[in-house]
Amino acid sequence: MTESRGARAVLRLATVAVLSFIYLPLVVIGIYAFNESTNQAWPIQGFSLQWFERAFSQSGVADAFLTSLRAGLGATLIALVLGTLASFAVQRYRFFGRDTVSLLVLLPIALPGIVTGMALNAAFRTGGLEFGIWTIMIGHATFCVVIVYNNVIARVRRVSRHLEEASMDLGATQWQTFRHVTFPAIRTALLAGGLLAFALSFDEVIVTTFTTGGGEQTIPIWILQNYTRTTGLPVVNAVALILILVSIIPVWIAQRLAGAESAAAR
Amino acid sequence: MTATAIPPSSPTRRLQAWLYRRPRLQLVLLLALPLFALVVMYLGSLALLLLNAFWTLDPFTRELDRTFSLDNFIDILTSNAYRTITLRTIGMAFLVTITCAVIGFPVAYFMARMASPRLRGFLVVAILLPLWASYLVKVFAWRTILQNQGVLNWALEPLGLNGPGYGDVAVWLVFTYLWLPYMILPIFAGLERIPGSLLEASGDLGGRAGMTFRKVILPLAFPAVIAGSIFTFSLTLGDYITPALVSSTQFLGNVVQREVGVSGNVPLAAALASIPILVMIIYLLVARRLGAFEAI
Repeated sequence: MTESRGARAVLRLATVAVLSFIYLPLVVIGIYAFNESTNQAWPIQGFSLQWFERAFSQSGVADAFLTSLRAGLGATLIALVLGTLASFAVQRYRFFGRDTVSLLVLLPIALPGIVTGMALNAAFRTGGLEFGIWTIMIGHATFCVVIVYNNVIARVRRVSRHLEEASMDLGATQWQTFRHVTFPAIRTALLAGGLLAFALSFDEVIVTTFTTGGGEQTIPIWILQNYTRTTGLPVVNAVALILILVSIIPVWIAQRLAGAESAAAR
Repeated sequence: MTATAIPPSSPTRRLQAWLYRRPRLQLVLLLALPLFALVVMYLGSLALLLLNAFWTLDPFTRELDRTFSLDNFIDILTSNAYRTITLRTIGMAFLVTITCAVIGFPVAYFMARMASPRLRGFLVVAILLPLWASYLVKVFAWRTILQNQGVLNWALEPLGLNGPGYGDVAVWLVFTYLWLPYMILPIFAGLERIPGSLLEASGDLGGRAGMTFRKVILPLAFPAVIAGSIFTFSLTLGDYITPALVSSTQFLGNVVQREVGVSGNVPLAAALASIPILVMIIYLLVARRLGAFEAI
């Protein structure tokens, strides 16, 4: 089936328009990061690099970045383990309540962050847990599981069971089969799911405000606090620009891997 | 020629063989951790929160009264303000979802069916990248764009027009902007999964492009649209930061946040939180019916 010339032109135009819509605010932040004054009126009056200097000299930024990194890595690791286990169970076995598992996995991301945040806050208080980096990790892991689960289950569905059977017919144990046959097949799905889970954790605000101990500050919490200050705002713009530019690397890697994978599958 | 060596029978090998013959036990081992986390920890926490909803906070002493009471729910159900806010929030969630689907579908279609593999890879990155840019930064960017002396009014001024400023239109615009990638990516994946042979078959049977689109592509892509809508709908339903920053109107998230953060009335906040929980459970059950879970 080929679309008519008119339809193709309209679709191309729509794509360009949506991409411009998506990138307009990011470009605006990029420009404001170089704003000489703290006055937010457009167009900006002059250029300056002072906010980048401030961003690098403030210790709060580096600390918040490290906290976000630790919380994100911890949450991603928990999500990788739980999501992979659940996806294998659902895809490879038939059991009572199988449909409910996929609903259950989806629930933490489908319920508003404020609900998850309040619920976990109530539970941590009741359980007498000390609020800190661990509670942030657990809070983030709840909604990261579904990301890994979805990526892995889509892949497991496509990997033929016969490959594993062949491996075991040839004398490999279940562990060897997993290590040499199954794992290589789902590796890129784990990476793609893990990256997206990390991104979600890195950017989470609402659940974090309910699970943080006050001592820990993640990047979004730091941003929230600094946006309310006149001199904080341009520094945040500078930090945001740096983070956006840095994040091109993992997204690009994930895409290259996924692209190589789907090219090989064809 | 020597005989093929039989692998030595180590204890781990025997254990694995023993386990292999017990699929039920394998299943239990696989599910134990995820179910513990999701059922005991997550659902347990939710249950604890909902239990709070049946308690009350004494307005004078600020003491928590742990006797069963439906007062919070009666307050909510009989209040006009809460009804208006609930309807406004659900309406906004639907509006944002529909807008995202209408804007997102053509882009996903272009990516999946028209772009060259190279361009497709580039577009996927282009759509994914903004998800890495901080949510807060994006909302504040819109706040700057929409302000009186912002980019939008500056651009519209020569045309003699004025931007929407802060308010419901701004909330709708910013939500649509924020959640759009969550809609585009599932639709793209759904469209990419449609086998080319089906489209050829439709063409061979005399279906023109428009007909193939309506009768083959659209029904097959529909579950993916619903899958994307789960994100756009639920994310809109509970967000309180965006409305607070680009509007002064109250949404469900704002009143819950006010009760828990400002008034410290956790029982009332918990009762209010049961509204989005209920709405989302209904939404998920309908979505599952429509096949969305296979398409996420």
